[in-house]
This record gives sequence, C-alpha cells and structure tokens, in this order.
Amino acid sequence: MSDYNNHLDNNDNGNGKNSFQERFNATRFLKIQDWNLMRLFLITVGIFIVMSLLMPTKFPRVLNFQSMGFQMSEIGILGIAMALAMITGGIDLSLNSVANLTGILCSVILTRLAGPNVAEPQVGLAVFLAIVIGLVIGIVCGLLNGFLIAYVGIPAMLATLGSMTLFTGFAFVITKGTGFFGIEAFQKIGNGYVAGIPIPLIIFAAVAVIMIVVMNNSSFGLKLYLLGSNPKASIFSGIDNRKVLLRTYALSGMLAALAGIVILGRTNSANPDYGASYVLQALLIAVLGGVNVNGGFGKILGLVLAVFSLQFLSTGLNMLLFRSPGANFFKMFSWGALIILFMIINVVSERRKQRASIKKPKPA
Amino acid sequence: MAEKFLEVKNISKSFAGVHALDDVSFEVRKGEIHCLVGENGSGKSTMIKIIAGVYEPDEGEIIISGKSYKRLHPIDTIREGIQIIYQDFSLFPNFTVAENIALNKQLSENRKFFHKKEAQQVARAALESINIKMDLDSLVGTMSVADKQLIAISRALLQDAKLIIMDEPTTALTGREVKSLFKVINDLKARGISTMFVSHKLNEVLEIADRTMVFRNGKKIIDADAKEFDQSKMVYYMTGRKIESDSYDFGDQNKSGTPLLSLNNLSSTGRFKDVSFDLYKQEVIGVTGLLGSGRTELALALFGINPADKGSIQIEGKAVKINNPQDALKHGIGYVPEDRLTEGLFLEHSIGNNIVVSIVNKLLSKIGLIDKNTKQKEIDTWVKDLSIKTDSADNPAKSLSGGNQQRVVLAKWLASNPRMLILNGPTVGVDIGSKSELHEIIKRLAGEGLGVLVMSDDIPELLHICNRILLMRGGKIVDEFQASQITENELAEKLAEG
Amino acid sequence: MKKFLRTNEFYVAVILILLCVFIGIKSPVFFSLQNVFDLLRSSITMGIFAMGTLIVIISGGFDVSFTAIAVSSMYITIKILFAINYEGSFLVALIISALIGLLMGLINASIIGFFRIPTLIATLGTQSLFHGFLLFFIGSKYINNVPDGMLRFSRSNLITTVTPTGAITGLQSGILILVAVVIVVYLLLRFTMIGRNIFAIGGSREAAERSGINVIRTQFFIYGFVGMLAGIGGIIHGAHYKQGNPFDLVGTELNTIAAVVLGGALVTGGRGTVLGTLLGVALVVVMNNSLILIGVPSEWQKVVLGIILIIGTGIPAYQNMQAAKRVKTNLAE
Repeated sequence: MSDYNNHLDNNDNGNGKNSFQERFNATRFLKIQDWNLMRLFLITVGIFIVMSLLMPTKFPRVLNFQSMGFQMSEIGILGIAMALAMITGGIDLSLNSVANLTGILCSVILTRLAGPNVAEPQVGLAVFLAIVIGLVIGIVCGLLNGFLIAYVGIPAMLATLGSMTLFTGFAFVITKGTGFFGIEAFQKIGNGYVAGIPIPLIIFAAVAVIMIVVMNNSSFGLKLYLLGSNPKASIFSGIDNRKVLLRTYALSGMLAALAGIVILGRTNSANPDYGASYVLQALLIAVLGGVNVNGGFGKILGLVLAVFSLQFLSTGLNMLLFRSPGANFFKMFSWGALIILFMIINVVSERRKQRASIKKPKPA
Repeated sequence: MAEKFLEVKNISKSFAGVHALDDVSFEVRKGEIHCLVGENGSGKSTMIKIIAGVYEPDEGEIIISGKSYKRLHPIDTIREGIQIIYQDFSLFPNFTVAENIALNKQLSENRKFFHKKEAQQVARAALESINIKMDLDSLVGTMSVADKQLIAISRALLQDAKLIIMDEPTTALTGREVKSLFKVINDLKARGISTMFVSHKLNEVLEIADRTMVFRNGKKIIDADAKEFDQSKMVYYMTGRKIESDSYDFGDQNKSGTPLLSLNNLSSTGRFKDVSFDLYKQEVIGVTGLLGSGRTELALALFGINPADKGSIQIEGKAVKINNPQDALKHGIGYVPEDRLTEGLFLEHSIGNNIVVSIVNKLLSKIGLIDKNTKQKEIDTWVKDLSIKTDSADNPAKSLSGGNQQRVVLAKWLASNPRMLILNGPTVGVDIGSKSELHEIIKRLAGEGLGVLVMSDDIPELLHICNRILLMRGGKIVDEFQASQITENELAEKLAEG
Repeated sequence: MKKFLRTNEFYVAVILILLCVFIGIKSPVFFSLQNVFDLLRSSITMGIFAMGTLIVIISGGFDVSFTAIAVSSMYITIKILFAINYEGSFLVALIISALIGLLMGLINASIIGFFRIPTLIATLGTQSLFHGFLLFFIGSKYINNVPDGMLRFSRSNLITTVTPTGAITGLQSGILILVAVVIVVYLLLRFTMIGRNIFAIGGSREAAERSGINVIRTQFFIYGFVGMLAGIGGIIHGAHYKQGNPFDLVGTELNTIAAVVLGGALVTGGRGTVLGTLLGVALVVVMNNSLILIGVPSEWQKVVLGIILIIGTGIPAYQNMQAAKRVKTNLAE
C-alpha cells in the first residue's frame, strides 16, 4: 500500500500554490482565534484599571469584588445558556422567562414545605427538592423549545419568542401578578460565602468549568460545534441533528433554571418580569465573548472574560453615577450601544483583514 | 470576421496574495459562441465576476462596444447589454414566472411602478421568443431546474442582450434538456447575440463552441478556433499534463457467497419502485440515469435520509431496517454526498474533526470524554492512508483543494470501518488530475473488500471504475450492463433514451 | 403555494369569526357598538405597527426596536410641545413624532445596511439603546397630561352613538390614520418597484444584488419607513391614553409580531399580505380585549397568546418541513 501512496504523492506535485494557501489560511485562522481571546482579556483588564483609577477607594476592594461575585453569577450562567443556543445557529429568547418561572415554582415549593415552624432536616430536604424540581422544570421548558425547533421546524427565534410568552404567561397565572418570596435557608445559600468567595460565584465557576470540559472534550460538544457550522453536513455524517438540538436546548433550559434558582436565593424574591434586560445582556455576553451569530463557533472561556468585563463596567458605572437615579437607564443605553459596537467591530475587522490580505504581494 | 463586441485587456486580480487572474486578455465577437474551460480554481468565475462588475480588477481594462472601462459596476454591465446567467440562476423563488422575467427589465428602465398585466405581457413575449410555453403564474420556487434555466435565459434576452454569459449551465440538465439549450444558443447566434459558455464538460464544449479558450492557474493558456481542439488536447491544456486512464481489473468476482447488500423490490412512494439487486464484496456497481431518474433518491434511502417504505434490505443475509443515517452507520454503510461543500464537509472546522465526526463515540476514554491521543492517531492514520495534502490536520477543511476535500469525506467514512460505501457523484467538481487519483482510491478500497455503489452520470467514470452498471429511468432499474461489454457511446445512447 | 397562502388567510379569518361568534354568544356585550368601537380603537396603534413589521418581515428582516422608537418619539414630542407651549393641531404632533421615528429608523438602517449585522440582534441592541437614551438623557418621569392638540384629537370621533346607559361613545378618528397607512402600504407593496424590491430582497438577497437592486438603499427605505410608522403609532397611543409614559409599549412588540406572523407572513422573508396582517391584528386584539368577557382571567392571556403563537408558527413550519422532504422524481407509472 505504501507504494500506492508514493505513487499518489508523485502525481500530486502539480499544485504548489495550494500548500501555500493552506499554510497561510491556517496561521490566519489560529491568529483570529487567539486574537479574539487576547483582545477580550485586554478589554477586561483595561476596564478594571480604568475603574480602579477613577475610584481607587471604592472599586479595587475585596468587598466590591464580593458584591460583584454575587451579581455576575446569574447573568454569566444565562450567557452560557445563550451561547449554547447560538452555537447551534439558533437563539434562545426564553431564557429569562424560564429563570423566572423556575424561581416562582421553587418559591412555591419552599414556602409550602419549609414554612416558618419546620424542623431543620425538613428544610434541608425542601431546599434539595426545590433545586431538583427547579432544574427539571428548566429541562422541560428547554425540551419544549428543542422539540419546536428540531421536530416541528419553527425557526429558533420564533419558537423561543412563543415559548417565552407561554412561560411568562404561566408565571403570571401562578403569581397572579404579585411577587413571591423564598425562605431564609435558601437566602443563606444565595448570599453566603465559602472561604470568602460568594456561593453564587462558585456555582458560576463550576458551571463554566463543566461547560468548558463538555464543549472541548465531550462528543456532545464536538457534535454541537459541527452541527452549528453546517447542519446539512452533520446529517450526512450520521449525527442525529434533532437529538443534539433537543439536548442542547434542554441543557440551555436547565442552565436558565439554575440562574433562576440563584436569583431566588440572592434576591429572596421571584416574579414574572424580573430582569427584563437579561436576554439582551446574555446576548451581549455571547457576542462579546466571541460566539459566532451564525453558529458553529464560540469558546466558553471567552464568555467568562466577557462576563467579567461587563460586570466591571456595570459596577463601575453604578459607582460613577451614584447620585443619578438613572444609572440603570444609562446601563441600558450602554448595553445596547455595546452590542452594536461589538458587532460593528467584528464586521469591520473581518473586512479589513480581507482587504489587507488582498494587498499582500504574491508569495514566492 | 464579425466585429468585436467585448475586449478584455491585461486583466489581473489577486485574492489573499494569490493571483486569481494573471494578465488575461481575450475578445468576444458578435454572434460568436465563445467557450471558456478550465478546472476549478483556474480563474473562470473570477473572470465572470469581473465582467459582471462584482469584482474590481487590480489591473487592466475592459472594452465593450468600443467603450473602455477600468472597472465595471453591475449596472454598467447590464446597460452595455451583457447578461450573466449564474449557476444558481439568481431567480426569486417567491416570485411568479412572469414577475421573475419582467423584474430586471423594469429595474433597468428605472421604473417606479409595477403593473402585473404588463409584466405578464413582457414575460409571455420573452418566452415566445425562445419558443417556450409556461404557466406565467406558477411560483418559481416550485419549478424544475430546466424550467428555471429557461426562465433565466428569457429574462436575460429581455434586456436587449448582446452577450449572454452562462456559468456552468448544464450541470443540472438532462441530455435532452442540454440539446434544447444548445438549440436556443444557436438561435441566439443566428440573431447576432454572442454567448460565452463557461463549462468543464468537454464534450459539450466540443459540440457547441466557435472559439475556445482554456484557463489554468489564473492564466489564459490557449485561445483558438474550436476546430483545433479535441478531448485529449483540451485535457492537456487544462491540467498541463497527460492523463492516462487505464482501466482496472477486478479479478474474479466471487459471487457464490452471501451478497453484502441485497435489495428486494425496494420502493419509496414517489421516488423509486421495485429496485432489486445484489452487491458483493469487492464489487463496484454503477447506478446511472438522468437527473430525476431516482438514483440519488435510492442512495438517500439506503443511507436512511429518506427511508424506503416497501420492499426489503438485507445486509450479509440478514434483513435490516434503515430508518435514519444512524441505522446506516450501524450497519456499516457510508455515504459520500454529491454536494461536497454543503453536505460533505464542515469547511470552517479542522480536517481532523471532519475525519472523526462519524466515530466520535468510539473515541471516548473510560470517563466518557474524547481521548485526544486516540483521536489524533485516527486522524493521522487517514491523512496518511489517503495522502491528504496538508501541513496539519488542524487546518480548516476549506484550505484544501477539491480533490483533497473529497479524500477527507472518504476518510470520514473509512474511519467508521464500513462494509460498503455509497458514492454519489464522487468526482463532481474535482480537477481532472485529482479525479483519476480518486478513481484509483475507489478501486483500491473495493480491492480491499468493500462493496461500492457509485451513483453517477459521468460515463467514462462509470466504465472506468465499475464492473456492473445499472440504468435507472422513472424510478426503476431498466437495464444492466457489464462494464467490460459496453462502449462509452453505447452507454451514452442508452442513458439518453426514453 | 399560492393556494396555501390563500388558505392561511382563510384559516385566520375562520378562527377569528368562530372566536367572535363564540364570545358573542357567551357575552352579547361583545357585539355592542360600544365594544366594537373600543376594539377598533385598540387596533389602531397595533395596526400601524403591524404594517411596519409586515414590511420588515417580507424583506427577510426582524425588528423588535419599533416599540422603543414609538415610545421615544411620543415622549420627546410631548416634551417638545409642552416646552414651546404649542396648543395647535394634532397634525404638528404627528409630524414631529413621525420625523423623530424616521430618524431612529435611519439609525437602524445604517447599522443593518452598512454593516450587515443580523437584524434581530441589531434591533435588540437599538431597542435598549433608544429606550436607555430616552430614560437617561430625555427623562424618565411620567407625564400625566398631553398637549391640547393631542387631547382634542383623542376626543374626536368619526361617528358617535349613545349607549343604552346613556353614555356617548364613538369611533375614534385615529382609525382614519390607520386606514391611510394600510392603503399606503398596500399600494407600496402591490404597485411600486420599491415594493417589488422589498419582496425580492426577502426572496433572495443575492439574486437581488445581482439584478442591480440597491439593497442598502432599499433597507434604508424599509427601516426609515418603519421608524416613521412607529413614530406615528406612538403619538396616537400617547393621545389615546392622554399621557406620556416613558415606560409604555416597550415589551409589547411581541403582540404585533405575533399578529403579523399569524397573518401568514413568512419569517424567512419574501411572503406576506396586508389583508392577512389585518386579520392577524384583529385576532390578537380580540383575544387581548375580549377573552375576559368569556371568563378567561386576564393573567391567562399571555398563556393563550403563547399557545396561539406556537401553533400559528408551528403549522406552517411543519408543513414546510414535510414539503421539503417530498423530492420530485419523474416517476414513470
């Protein structure tokens, strides 16, 4: 057989140009990947330094880090959930509604099973039950999305718009418009520390680590990336697209539910329209973190960096605009501006790269 | 000699530092059928896009009817009477026939308002000018490829076209439809309209051309009267070397054992009917037929994309059901699709990932994660075995040439250790040079014990690599030949019948 | 395909009629002139928004920023009119609001046209940008009255009638603006080349570019026009409620999108009709306003809307998927 290969080698020397092109594209490809993460890292550090210089007595403080740790958990988890959907080439607009619905149902379970006069062991059981049931609710919501997208064929954007209305609707039906509350034990989890590190941050870190492993090292992750970049080719490679999509949206729903549980623990309240801007922020994190809006690409590590940079920015703005009642409105404005800015930067840098490479002289 | 209509002078164009076109000059005369041939990547489509005004040339000029342009804009090209019919026809699937045909005319007249009646009159007249009748109110999205082609041609003619450029116009046409297309082109010629026919199908070029030019690696290699060419000369100019196609001896066919694959009256409503044949180890069976004869549908059914609904499939004597590609994979069936770029490859992803995609579940370590070493070993094996030309398997698949890409698709299936392979148009769009290498690979694989089904309408290819050829028509197998006992011409005639 | 489109509108009409008859039987109030006038009045703003959304969806795009544009135009206009103490005609308010809307629409258009950013993401971004801009830079205070011209407009009726209880009720004049918008959009889509271009881009952007259609210019028209409609809808909404609430409307874009999609517009672009959209709007308005008449509690409305949206998008999506599987073979039988 080796003779045969030699024969092929000898025959294929006609096209020297190709091997150059291959090398050229390869280095460019690698550079883009690294450059994205590097750029993100520099942005994160940059924001941190600017904020620290502007508010040396307030920003770079342990207390501030801890408070940021509490805040970034939920949006970070939602960002990862959004990234999963976007890597398939879709989008999940229902994340926030799943989080709220889960929070509300958990609150119902907790207040029913672990009211004020209930013994310690039963409280523990109730908390455990609430978390498990909450995650199951998230999975069920995600499965509905996945079913509508993969088996009914509704475009992800519309399917999740529809399910978002449905989930928010259920949340309204359960609460009849009022806010629900958690219990003390649960609140301790949401506001507690382990070794000085906020528990929500630990949850986020765990999610991030697990997802990095899943996306980089599991067969599910590889299939997900491949499916996202070319769903037709994945069918023709024997991947069961529908199953992968179903699982992805289920996972995304479960993460949204986890975010809902963290929110309930942290704020001790759940209501149907909490965090209306979270979907946009999750999208922003995903785009900022380098997830390709057309699917197929995106690194969880990039997402983590994006979460940090946004949290620095958000906290920094809050501190800077301390006296203004409109800090939240300014953030709203900023998130919108940022997402557009980053999309534009991506487009322009891609275009410039193409143009620069055209101008390069002919290789020897 | 008729006067010049289009003159292209010293055009050069580079992408990413590579010369796509290098100092190309040629002219097209009035009423001339000017053929442009070349392998993929030879610069054909770059040339078309420069004439279309989509790309700006780095150097050179284009002279149309005596007027010189440094760069054309799409609207200049249209106003000068040049129409381009792209491979995908550029039609609007949501528009009716009439709306599609009339749109460009209305646009170029800078109309502000749209009248349905007028569009219909315009469209009817345009179709009549090439003697075609068609329902003007059908949505184009629902029509056949041949009809779309005719719509695209009549739309082009409406614009008072003086030159029509057709980019690979026959790829989706049956033999009969190609004949009627040629009739239309000759009619245009009689009316003084030039045609630039861009193709890689040499027999068609030989049949229709007045003048032929060959591009290779961005350069014009030759430009001469069509009479001066024959098939082997053209192949030589295209590839820069002589391609020998010796046929391969399969040796004794051991047909006494259990067949690898046995189909018994396999049917799929609306697709194919009562298909029965046996495929043995080491055998290469060609399945041929015109577009729509059911050959692709049969392949898709065997791979589980559109499962058959009647009849039976036996693999090594055992009845099996193939309801989805996962079943096919389980039974050792691999499928190399016709459209490599959209169905076969993940272009942006690494060559390595493309190779292991179908076997990721077999690469898992004890803890259920992908074992990097096992994966790398698998990838290295196939890059070596199929001589895939690359520095690193981490490069994206899009960095490879067509022939090497097809090897990656083959490697994907070989890695799954299949019993049989279904190859649908295995060398469509592959350079002539790489084509014969792919043929050798296919024959070697069969020699090693695979059963191979080749769906193709490339007659020399079928005769070259298959030992048996099945002819499909109207969803049924209507004839069967031993490859050694039929000539190219005989097979071509059989194929075009009916 | 054409048949399918017809049946899609037909289905919506049938569902609408059945729903109306059902509600009417259970609650005869539904068919009272007052209720009908109320429903029509409620349809005005959504109807105008829906015409804009229809155009965007036909072009293959998606716009979720129009509510932010509407509320910003409305609020800014009211502030301007109060600032200059203008008490004249509503027309002035309408024009100012429309111009502000147009400006914001053009911002959308530049982002989408020049940079080719996916429309959903671009408009999600501008929704936040516009609304954040309004709340932070312009104001976030509730204004509990509106300039005189708007007040007079909101009280003007085309037809008035006296209800059995003696109250005077009427058909609000804003319906004329809706009718005008509907006619303009219908003519635009049906009889102009710009309309052709919009359908063409939605059918195949690449083919449109090759035919010499200036896609970016068309997108400027689309998003500018939609912004203008949002401005018009916003100021009418403000007049109807006689208030300038900067938190109004945003978050309700889904109702409008649902109406347009239920009306048969294809989200992948290239298909959609004015008639279907009007039926869709009627359906959503009846559901939002009248389910309560037959004892469906108001908190269930979102659930019902969600289910209808899922079914309404699911049926055509499923049919498309099945149709794509049916490959045509020239079978000799």
